[in-house]
Amino acid sequence: MRHIVSVLVDNEFGVLSRVAGLFSGRGFNIESLCVAETIDPKVSRMTIVTTGDDQIIEQITKHLNKLINVIKVSDLTAEDHIERELAMIKVNVGEKDRAEILSIIDIFRAKVVDVSPKTYTIEMTGDGEKVNAIIELLKPFGIKEIARTGKIALARSQKTK
Amino acid sequence: MKLTGAQIFVECLLKEGIDTIFGYPGGAVLPIYDALYNAPLRHILVRHEQGAVHMADGYARATGRPGVVLVTSGPGATNTVTGIATAYMDSIPVVVFTGQVPTALIGNDAFQEADIVGITRPCTKHNYLVKDVKDIAKVIKEAFHIALTGRPGPVLVDLPKDILNAQTEFKYPEKVDLRSYQPTYEGHPGQVKRALDTILASKRPVIYAGGGVLLSGASNELKSFAEKLGIPVTLTLMGLGSFPGTHPLFLGMLGMHGTYTANMSVTNTDCLIAIGSRFDDRVTGKVDEFAPYAKIIHIDIDPTSISKNVRVDVPIVGDVKFVLKEILKGLTESKRKKDTLSEWHEQVKKWKDTHKLSYKQNDKIKPQYVIEKIYELTKGDAIITTEVGQNQMWAAQFYLYDSPRQFLTSGGLGTMGYGFPAAIGAQVAFPHKTVIDIAGDGSIQMNIQELATAVQYKLPVKVAILNNRFLGMVRQWQEFFYEKRYSYTCMDAAPDFVKLAEAYGAVGLRAEKPEEVVPVIKEALKVNKPVLMDFRVDREEDVYPMVPAGQPLNKMLLV
Ligand SMILES: Cc1ncc(C[n+]2csc(CCOP(=O)(O)OP(=O)(O)O)c2C)c(N)n1
Repeated sequence: MRHIVSVLVDNEFGVLSRVAGLFSGRGFNIESLCVAETIDPKVSRMTIVTTGDDQIIEQITKHLNKLINVIKVSDLTAEDHIERELAMIKVNVGEKDRAEILSIIDIFRAKVVDVSPKTYTIEMTGDGEKVNAIIELLKPFGIKEIARTGKIALARSQKTK
Repeated sequence: MKLTGAQIFVECLLKEGIDTIFGYPGGAVLPIYDALYNAPLRHILVRHEQGAVHMADGYARATGRPGVVLVTSGPGATNTVTGIATAYMDSIPVVVFTGQVPTALIGNDAFQEADIVGITRPCTKHNYLVKDVKDIAKVIKEAFHIALTGRPGPVLVDLPKDILNAQTEFKYPEKVDLRSYQPTYEGHPGQVKRALDTILASKRPVIYAGGGVLLSGASNELKSFAEKLGIPVTLTLMGLGSFPGTHPLFLGMLGMHGTYTANMSVTNTDCLIAIGSRFDDRVTGKVDEFAPYAKIIHIDIDPTSISKNVRVDVPIVGDVKFVLKEILKGLTESKRKKDTLSEWHEQVKKWKDTHKLSYKQNDKIKPQYVIEKIYELTKGDAIITTEVGQNQMWAAQFYLYDSPRQFLTSGGLGTMGYGFPAAIGAQVAFPHKTVIDIAGDGSIQMNIQELATAVQYKLPVKVAILNNRFLGMVRQWQEFFYEKRYSYTCMDAAPDFVKLAEAYGAVGLRAEKPEEVVPVIKEALKVNKPVLMDFRVDREEDVYPMVPAGQPLNKMLLV
């Protein structure tokens, strides 16, 4: 099963390679991995999407915890959480396709962030499925390039007072 | 007062109470070597950096104190890798300091540059590249802390030359502040209670203890626990010595070359109490059929060891000593009638009586006989190290270890060439003890150069070479599983070990007939010098029992 593991780490050089090395060395999968600084500049958050049965996920979280530079590990899959992905899609626009593409963009609440005579570059944010869906719909027009982030995710705050 | 990085390095070691370093100099660490010139630290100059790490490792295993290594950048650093990986697999606290090219040159393929932090990332508990002289003291403090606490392990600190020459105020931090590193020592009380209930309800319990007991210093607690309830104890290779080898409750080692009694007991137990052991594949045999009738309790300080390859019913994450103390507290003898286990004890005794470890004596020297005699003549009191292969297994089977830290062997990595330098390290720590490396003729040649180190520092280590002129253990596998096709395992061109010893300024002795064995051992124990003993043993002797890889433990090949 697919899991989103959120990891707070020391914001130091070499930490990413410790985490990546742990996954490759022990034969764990990484589907995607995103890293950026948190509000505390000494700490970064890594969001790792991985797959495995419960026993493997347990080993992954335990091993992550064992790394000296790892501060906190949470498996968000088990919790109520929000996840997002960002994609930039450069698509061909022929004269007659313009309206149709714009309407797709509209439906998905995506944005055009760059325009050239023959292409649009579209910014799309959403969960992975939405991003996949817009890509499918744009494919027939000819996608020239795609850049996709992995997933980022946060646990939802408690709604009660 | 301002000190250079190199001077700070020396001050930090002194603050840590270090008195011995195993090292080898070179360009990048010259500033440190200069600072060592007048320092009150003993430096053992080795002949190969791998030897330095094994010595530090042997020193650490024998004493429980950290072993310290100092080497130069590039080749000096890469030569330490096997030693570091060996220490890592067996959770040994070794701190390795490597020189590095100046920070401005890092990444430039500078002369003698190697990315040793990158190379050793997967085989250290943690490692550091120091980039500012102001960080040296803090990093060294952390390095020792990390190496020694939790599940111990090697830590490497890479020190660029310009950092060693730069100056700063020296202040050694009082304590370590690592918010992301907080090992769990206390077992969960609820789990401890569950473990107790499971143990008390069992009819055929077995304790399966490993190196964690030694690392945690919990031998006394283990003994009280086993004795209070009358639970038989088997040990892993790494655990030997943590429970007395001569104790009536001792079953011997378990696993691939374990005793019949230990393997049968584990196969038939209804409650397996794993203490500081990690269900290595050499221990479990076929995992699915390991301890099939047992509820399994597992006490270990490392959460990743638990439920890694065997399902566990009662996991307890915590320090073995601490948890055993809690269990002992919860035990009042009245809770269990003395004779509850009598049937089990009888069964175990039957296995023991009918299947003692044995070998067939003929007119040749049997390697097992050599070890039996070493055991007798040292009264079971020597520190024994081993190489890897048949020698290692026989040393585990035929010498009985009554004390912790008495048996030093490379269990996890299985590093040939470990035993001799490890023996030197142990001898450095205990100059007056008898230290013997039980070796094969193959393994001893992997770090034989350290004989010069032993001679230079007047360290009277003994090496008993069980010389079969084969890579014996590999030959045994070829005999059993490859129709005796001895492909490249015959080492017919061995050196004359007696002359070799003499060339180094050590003593060489040889035994070719069984009756020469005892006189050679006696002579070796008498001389206060390093000795190589060349025992010409029966060439195709095999280690028994043997559980073929992938088979369940009760499928043993017997003598
Ligand atoms: C560095 C290293 N290389 C290879 C091996 C594989 N290996 C395991 S046992 C063995 C044979 C050891 O021969 P020897 O030292 O003569 O000991 P014996 O088995 O004959 O007692 C070998 C080659 C190893 N364990 N370590």
